[in-house]
Amino acid sequence: MTQVSDPPARTRAQIKERTLRTDPWWNRGRVVATLLTIWVAYATVRVFTGHWYFAPGYNYLTPFYSPCVSGECVPGASTLGHWIPAIPPIIPYAFISLPFVLGFRLTCYYYRGAYYRAFWRSPAACAVREPHATYSGETKLPLIAFNLHRFFFYMAVIISVLNTWDLVNAFWPTTAVTPDGTHLTHGFGFGIGSLIILANVVLLWAYTLSCHSCRHITGGRLKHFSKHPVRYWIWNQISKLNKHHMALAWTTLTSLMVTDLYIMLVAANAFPDLRIFN
Amino acid sequence: MGYLAKLRVWRGDAGSGSLQDYKVEVNEGEVVLDVLHRLQATQASDLAIRWNCKAGKCGSCSMEINGMPRLGCMTRMSTFTEVETLTITPMRTFPVIRDLVTDVSFNYAKAREIPSFTPDPSVKPGEFRMRQEDVNRSQEFRKCIECYLCQNTCHVIRDHEENKESFAGPRFLMRIAELEMHPADEADRRDIAQEDFGLGYCNITKCCTEVCPEHIKITDNALIPMKERIAGRKYDPLVWLGSKISMRPKSKGTPAVPGKR
Repeated sequence: MTQVSDPPARTRAQIKERTLRTDPWWNRGRVVATLLTIWVAYATVRVFTGHWYFAPGYNYLTPFYSPCVSGECVPGASTLGHWIPAIPPIIPYAFISLPFVLGFRLTCYYYRGAYYRAFWRSPAACAVREPHATYSGETKLPLIAFNLHRFFFYMAVIISVLNTWDLVNAFWPTTAVTPDGTHLTHGFGFGIGSLIILANVVLLWAYTLSCHSCRHITGGRLKHFSKHPVRYWIWNQISKLNKHHMALAWTTLTSLMVTDLYIMLVAANAFPDLRIFN
Repeated sequence: MGYLAKLRVWRGDAGSGSLQDYKVEVNEGEVVLDVLHRLQATQASDLAIRWNCKAGKCGSCSMEINGMPRLGCMTRMSTFTEVETLTITPMRTFPVIRDLVTDVSFNYAKAREIPSFTPDPSVKPGEFRMRQEDVNRSQEFRKCIECYLCQNTCHVIRDHEENKESFAGPRFLMRIAELEMHPADEADRRDIAQEDFGLGYCNITKCCTEVCPEHIKITDNALIPMKERIAGRKYDPLVWLGSKISMRPKSKGTPAVPGKR
């Protein structure tokens, strides 16, 4: 009589290696982790320094201190007025905007993917086994809070308007001061610093508008593109920009750093701003 | 001019298996599947491989080549050096049947759980018209050849077998997104995408997009838009405000297919 054995229990192929990839898959994560760490360290030092954030004659305010609404802000930096008399040193002058800027970047779809790979190694690279025993992703607190990206996007738009206001001021330097220093006269003029701020603000707008939330709000949420031709056109433009979201994420980190560094050096009198007009 | 390629092929079944070394002739213009077929014809006649079209359209010959999920028929041997040893294994996420053949029935089970296309019942067959701009969006997702490389590479189930119950994987979340964006579909799959099919498990590391042989932008065009639709329903402060002052109608989510979970 023929013996029929039971079919084998269906299990995965038993392969003990974490990955069999032969390419340098670890490179990308290391580069991202290094660059993000450098940027965060620089930004942390700068927002708590409390000096060299405003170049008075040129009206250059670094984005790390915008809007400067504390009574301790140097004269001319508080174009929106003094909202509170003083704040403890552990709170940055731009406490109104920084939590939202940080929240917008932290919940950004690109950055999430980047730091999950680079820091949490979940996964470190595709088809490389992650080191965690369990995984629940963004299904529960605290990571489910990343769904608040939409809220942070709305706030980021407001902050981009504030950055644009700083840009206007950077093209409207102080042209004369009364002998007692109380009355300032402004006129149109710009220098290298103004152009750096202009580039930074344009890039910040591009990063903000290329956001996946913006793509959804403008047209992605529609079922019928054909019934909304204007929104469909806008969605197409945002989609084109959205393809460069990763590049813009990195470019804006660089432009923020360069802008802040330039204004810091000018404010600290390391060198004067090179004026192009007035 | 041919050469002898060094291959390490995983041989075994669900019980056990190991990598076995072979040297196989390679000719100009060949792909990995050609070389595996030569191995089968000359040295290992019992080697199990699933394949069909040899043109990257049937999605059968999914495997892992040097650790990366790929189609055997679309991976040219010329992308490797002649001295390199190629390691070829079955897809790790699914149970192995024999050698390079895996049991992908997990995917069929997930597909059956998704509420199917739900048009307005008052529109009779042949009456509905779609404009090209509406077709284009879901057309991208229809390029899927069901190779399940995205499912295989997704760490949510690749590294955590226990998540298979609650996570449908990128291929089927993309299917939900496709139906959700369809202008003639009336079902609302946002709640089930999050609660029954586990969209929240996706952490957007884009490996599904990286391995897709059809170059479908799964993450950017399906998963993130689906996450955004859910955010619009649950986490958008302006939508919440609108619902409080009754500017937006409240919609009810469509449940998953009963008896399939």
